[in-house]
Amino acid sequence: MNDDFKPAIKTLVDRFDAQIEEYRGDVSLSIPRQQVVETCRALRDEMGFEMLIAITAVDYWPQQSPRFHMVYQLLSLQHNVRISLRVPLMGNYPTADSIESVYPNANWYERELWDMFGICFEGNSDLRRIVMPYDWEGHPLRKDYPLGYEEVQFSFNHEEIDERKHYAKD
Amino acid sequence: MFEKTEVTLDELKHLISDRALTGETVLLNMGPQHPSTHGVLRLLLELDGETVVNCIPDVGFLHTGIEKTMESKSYEKAAVMTDRLDYLNTVGNNLAYCLAIEKLVDLDVPPRAQVIRVLLTELQRIASHLVWLGTQSLDLAAMSVFLYCFRERELVLDIIEMCGGQRMMATFFRPGGLWRDVPKEFEDAVRNFIKIFPARIDEYEALLTKNPLFIDRTVEIGVLSNEDALSWGVTGPIARASGVAHDLRKAQPYSSYDQFDFEVPTNPAGDTYARYLVRIEELRQSLKIVQQAIDNLPDGPVRSDNRKFVPPPRSELGTSMEAVIHHFKLWTEGFSAPKGAVYMAVESPRGELGVYLESDGGPKPYRAYWRTPSFPNLQILPMLAKGHLVADLVAIIGTIDIVLGDVDR
Repeated sequence: MNDDFKPAIKTLVDRFDAQIEEYRGDVSLSIPRQQVVETCRALRDEMGFEMLIAITAVDYWPQQSPRFHMVYQLLSLQHNVRISLRVPLMGNYPTADSIESVYPNANWYERELWDMFGICFEGNSDLRRIVMPYDWEGHPLRKDYPLGYEEVQFSFNHEEIDERKHYAKD
Repeated sequence: MFEKTEVTLDELKHLISDRALTGETVLLNMGPQHPSTHGVLRLLLELDGETVVNCIPDVGFLHTGIEKTMESKSYEKAAVMTDRLDYLNTVGNNLAYCLAIEKLVDLDVPPRAQVIRVLLTELQRIASHLVWLGTQSLDLAAMSVFLYCFRERELVLDIIEMCGGQRMMATFFRPGGLWRDVPKEFEDAVRNFIKIFPARIDEYEALLTKNPLFIDRTVEIGVLSNEDALSWGVTGPIARASGVAHDLRKAQPYSSYDQFDFEVPTNPAGDTYARYLVRIEELRQSLKIVQQAIDNLPDGPVRSDNRKFVPPPRSELGTSMEAVIHHFKLWTEGFSAPKGAVYMAVESPRGELGVYLESDGGPKPYRAYWRTPSFPNLQILPMLAKGHLVADLVAIIGTIDIVLGDVDR
């Protein structure tokens, strides 16, 4: 990130109670979950980040607070700068606010996060599964979701095997 | 637990108009097995006669769980899966992945490897655009263009096969450089391609650019405005055909792209014809880069000599104990990356291809996320298709140039 852009980021950090981190030249802001929509709006309108590039998440299971980090990648074409936002989420079934009102293409990314991680977005206009079949159970990119090698469950031993499985139960 | 849930009309009510509920408009399923959906894309269409009122894309038929699988493989072993994402841009996927790892572990790549990477990526871009051109014109009933495009594409795939041993899934780029140096027939094959290809581009243009039927089917079809391109996160030739002059090869150069002289074609019109013109010009610009790369190909090694990340050459294994240890370590456990997360983006033929890698300090990626360009690009399909005829919808799907392996991952 070029140096003349840093003071602007600094004011943003103070305003939104954020923490700034830099690793190999990638700048990321950690912000609380309640501030996401406001921060995105400020980044788009005041700082020229026109494009939402991606939203993804990372699961830190079995850690619970935070269990997930959502990672937003934003790009400013006019300043040629990238920034990422990291948003910690607590617990096994977290909710977050949709940023569809700021960046309309967030819709599919949020659907993907719901599908893959089970993060629920309030305010998303179309929160259905996107990649997995509509009747799928579980959220495959969670760390407690098995990568094959499971015992086969039949109707007579379904409960018994289910108890031995190590996904989050609550 | 065993109950099947069905998708009812209630769940899709917010996506269709009230007229569908009264039966005034018709809901029609297009795909997933349909020749003009370019793979396995399913569209639920709400039609008023032949006019598209609403279009609901349904993706995921080609979901292979690559991100999840990568988490269980070491960094080097996961590289073979990257080819399988966007199967028309295999070399470009390797490049994005290798650059992300090199950024994560701070690894240098020798100049010769960087230039060969650029050369092959640009050849792959030509091959990918040829598939787009062929299939788009086939959708618009220009059969012969399809045959010509696949003829030239085969020349590019031959060059990639010569290097990596496979036409498509070569995994020729490895973290720290290339798998091996290019063979000695490589230069002649590339020069032969450079010699014949410009006339072939003129040939495609002679068939299409001023063809009144082609113009009828593409001008003012699927118009994407500049503002929409930005707010919907559209990148690549589609954005450039809507007047967004953004190309990562110019804006944030990687792998020695800053040493090459090329233009970024743009067009303000934003319709299917503009996207055609931009991609045709990109074919010429890519060829220009290939020409410069083959003329100025530096000599030297093609793999980094940092033995902590790159295995030693076989010849050293017989004489050096240290080489044996490194070889053993790298092929059993793999290398560990320091704790941290990086995002690395490259310009694929379809737009910004990004890789987000997060490491927990171990030899496997803790999280590997692929920001594939087709995913947001396909998201604008309902917006572009609204109000057009079903026949034009076919042209719009073609012009977005989706690869479903890239959408579903």
